[in-house]
Amino acid sequence: MEGAFILEKLILVVVVFTVTLVIAMYSTLAERKIAGFMQDRYGPDRAGIFGILQPLCDGGKFFFKEEIIPAGAHKTLFILGPVIAIITACISSAVIPWGQDLVINGRTVSLQVADVNIGVLYVFGVIALGVYGIMLGGWASNNKFSLMGAIRAASQSISYEIGMGLSLIALLMVTETLQLGEIVAQQSGFVNWNIWVQPLGFLIFITCAFAECNRVPFDLPECETELVGGYHTEYSSMKLGLYMFSEYINMFVSSALMATLYFGGYNFPFMYDLGLSQNWITIIGVLVFFLKIFGFIFFFMWIRWTLPRFRYDQLMNLGWKILIPLAIANIVLTGVITLIKDTYFQ
Amino acid sequence: MGIFYFVAFLSVFFALMTIFTKNPVHSVLYLVITFFTFTVHYILLNAQFLAVVNFIVYMGAIMVLFLFVLMLLNLNKDTEPMKSTLVKVMGAIAGMCLLATFLGAFRVLEGQNEYVTGNTDVGLVKNLGKVLFDEFLLPFELSSILLLTAMIGAILLAKKETKQG
Repeated sequence: MEGAFILEKLILVVVVFTVTLVIAMYSTLAERKIAGFMQDRYGPDRAGIFGILQPLCDGGKFFFKEEIIPAGAHKTLFILGPVIAIITACISSAVIPWGQDLVINGRTVSLQVADVNIGVLYVFGVIALGVYGIMLGGWASNNKFSLMGAIRAASQSISYEIGMGLSLIALLMVTETLQLGEIVAQQSGFVNWNIWVQPLGFLIFITCAFAECNRVPFDLPECETELVGGYHTEYSSMKLGLYMFSEYINMFVSSALMATLYFGGYNFPFMYDLGLSQNWITIIGVLVFFLKIFGFIFFFMWIRWTLPRFRYDQLMNLGWKILIPLAIANIVLTGVITLIKDTYFQ
Repeated sequence: MGIFYFVAFLSVFFALMTIFTKNPVHSVLYLVITFFTFTVHYILLNAQFLAVVNFIVYMGAIMVLFLFVLMLLNLNKDTEPMKSTLVKVMGAIAGMCLLATFLGAFRVLEGQNEYVTGNTDVGLVKNLGKVLFDEFLLPFELSSILLLTAMIGAILLAKKETKQG
């Protein structure tokens, strides 16, 4: 029994890991295709049909490029930077419930790697750790532009973590649990999705998610108009590739997290009214969940090619003077509404 | 118990490395690893919430700020301020006093408090919340006021003086 349990978790981990990497790979192509679409041009279309082999070519090219470590760089930390970035990006998906239970030969298989007591906080912790990759890489490069990028990344991520955490507290007041598996299970159907009770919280959360992923309009750490390439100015070859990859994985994981927390995860409308068996509900649920994730990834890219970059003081003002007070107001509002509901409508 | 001794050894080892490395950035990184071993200790004690909060607050926020300041200052051997012997001696004495206080406190507490012995589920979110907002409400609120005061003080100190008088 124990052996089967370990084997099933191992398979799940490998599958999740592979899917994450493949999605991150094809996000690069999707980004360029969408950019092309929005700017009325084709985007990459030479490698394979519709440019489908482009990510493979890019990856291969990254591996064969010359690897340069600057003479003044701190060698260990210079290598450790991208390593931390990619590891933290990959382990953050461990607590996300990908679907309901599958029943295979009478055995119930959970499609979640670990349903820990503190699921939401685990993701937060790992995200908080991710900034070390950027900071160490930027500092170890021994380059003023890199250092500026690293410092911007650190202060930006700390500022927006506060807003994100506060917006999440209001959500947790509604769900009354930190377990991601249970949060999704509560949102069955369509009307129970958390977005209907926490619209403001979601708006704050998605804004902070953009900042945490260093995406436009908050990509100040790699702002090329001011800082050459920001924290990865000195990086070449696959080490640069790992930084880029971790950015896309972060985008995928935060999309998954938003779909889980606010948009019902694997739940879809009328899921129990169609007379489907448990396994079919699970399979369709997984597909629906990925559809939601792709929707968010598209939204990330749509914003990138629509909005210009913020100025750094505007970024800080938005974080501290608008998002945090709004998030606190949201907490108070949620508390008051919960209290009224419990007292008068029980 | 074996895991505990191993993790405890790592904690002490990395804490010592924090003190003995010359490079301030390395020192901070060793401190980060030390905090990580503390997180493992909390998990071993079945205190999941404390573990993850320690992880987020200390490793994810406070140490990042430490690193931030060190990187901005770019300290190295030439710019390191030399402390006089008197300061070093005073530091050693103060450290010893702290150690003696802790030892005394732990000896008194030993085997008396139900939160020190027994009741291993108190670290889970639900139980911890109930204890904090019921039994220890006053100390909890007082400590939050203390933190708020410190925050306001820091903002006041950092704020530019616009007008005199």
